[in-house]
Amino acid sequence: MNNLAPDCVPSFARGHRLREDVVRGVWVIQAPEKALIADPTAAAVLQLVDGQVSVHEIIDRLAAAYDAPREVIAGDVDALLTDLVERKVLAI
Amino acid sequence: MSTPSPPMSLLAELTHRCPLACPYCSNPLELERRTAELDTATWKRVLDEAAALGVLQAHFSGGEPMARSDLVELVAHARSRDLYTNLITSGVMLDATRLQALAEAGLDHVQLSFQDVDEAGAERIGGLRGAQAKKLTAARLVAAEGIPLTLNFVVHRLNVERVPAMITLARELGASRVEIAHTQYYGWGLKNRGALLPTREQLEEATAAVEAARRAYGPTLVIDYVTPDYYADQPKPCMGGWGQRFVNISPSGRVLPCHAAETIPGVIFPNVRDESLSAIWNDAPLFTLFRGTEWMPEPCRSCALKETDWGGCRCQALALTGDAANTDPVCSLSPFHNRVKAAVEEQRENEFLYRRYENIPEFS
Ligand code: SF4
Ligand code: SF4
Repeated sequence: MNNLAPDCVPSFARGHRLREDVVRGVWVIQAPEKALIADPTAAAVLQLVDGQVSVHEIIDRLAAAYDAPREVIAGDVDALLTDLVERKVLAI
Repeated sequence: MSTPSPPMSLLAELTHRCPLACPYCSNPLELERRTAELDTATWKRVLDEAAALGVLQAHFSGGEPMARSDLVELVAHARSRDLYTNLITSGVMLDATRLQALAEAGLDHVQLSFQDVDEAGAERIGGLRGAQAKKLTAARLVAAEGIPLTLNFVVHRLNVERVPAMITLARELGASRVEIAHTQYYGWGLKNRGALLPTREQLEEATAAVEAARRAYGPTLVIDYVTPDYYADQPKPCMGGWGQRFVNISPSGRVLPCHAAETIPGVIFPNVRDESLSAIWNDAPLFTLFRGTEWMPEPCRSCALKETDWGGCRCQALALTGDAANTDPVCSLSPFHNRVKAAVEEQRENEFLYRRYENIPEFS
């Protein structure tokens, strides 16, 4: 069961950004008064979040890039994005 | 020795000038003057060096950082280096035009301080008439612009009973976070401890109010609560460890592990005018002095919590025991813990000293 409609378009909420931390070799989500480390999977998903691309298309692109079953990717993407929407890091 | 891990955040204290005069200000007693302040080009170089070193967040603070005419330029510069930019302000100098300029420069977050919800109480603490109305306007401007807003309340004996109303105000103004921070007793706060330290009953009421509000608002309003050390048995961790996560730069360019570190005697304060930030962070004696756990005396040395609280606050150890290398006396295991206990029992005073240039105590 997925929570997000496939055609919805996520974007980072104001004051929240993804950036690569080249010094530490990780991706981080910057937010008011905190920085959250995005694991490699989350980082791959979030790099596609630009306020233009739909959830459906994010899943398509990842499926093409990683050669993994679409349903597995869809589940992961949905879980991650839903969590970040709840935490107001992302807006849809 | 291996290279220490780089700092996560930079607190850029652009100036000590401020229209307000809060008696608990975290600035040192010896406020720096305008003529001593770093120029724009030096701050830009410092931001470049900070980003290259591994800093992720730049907090622009003061004094009142809006008293610097180059604030917008510095925020834009920080953003161009991919730093997360936070403005820590009293709000009294913020109007629609400057906010617009800051928003265009890419400002990520605003932390706006209030002295109280009660206008008379707030203006007595801040020492500036008309400040409260300006702050309310500033908060509304920030919220309307859509920049995430945190309200900050420093609480003490004279305003702590209004914690519930503070949280309500944060909510009404559209803040996503509110900080209820008990006064920390270093510098000006320590000078004014007699007037500011709450009673145990006041503390318990404030804590209960915060817990109730957290239950009521859930994740829609994040409430950060900083308790006063004096009623604790274990100290707070020192900034995530001395020289481990955090670097503070004073208006004149002194690089410090924390804003209170200028009280540490017998060390040279490294300055960005003389050396690079990375050289200072990695090797300056002020930073290596209390980094890690090697320096620790007993009871910390053999304590299981030594990498949790890092032996507590060096500046508090210095202020209350005379030696920065002692265990923080807030710890119940400290041989000086009775000094903290005694302070709690002291008769409270009604007068306090404003943080103003003319009130800088004379040092012998
Ligand atoms: S020594 Fe104290 S005031 Fe200084 S950083 Fe540590 S906790 Fe803060
Ligand atoms: S003895 Fe030192 S490390 Fe242990 S709790 Fe006290 S201050 Fe912290």
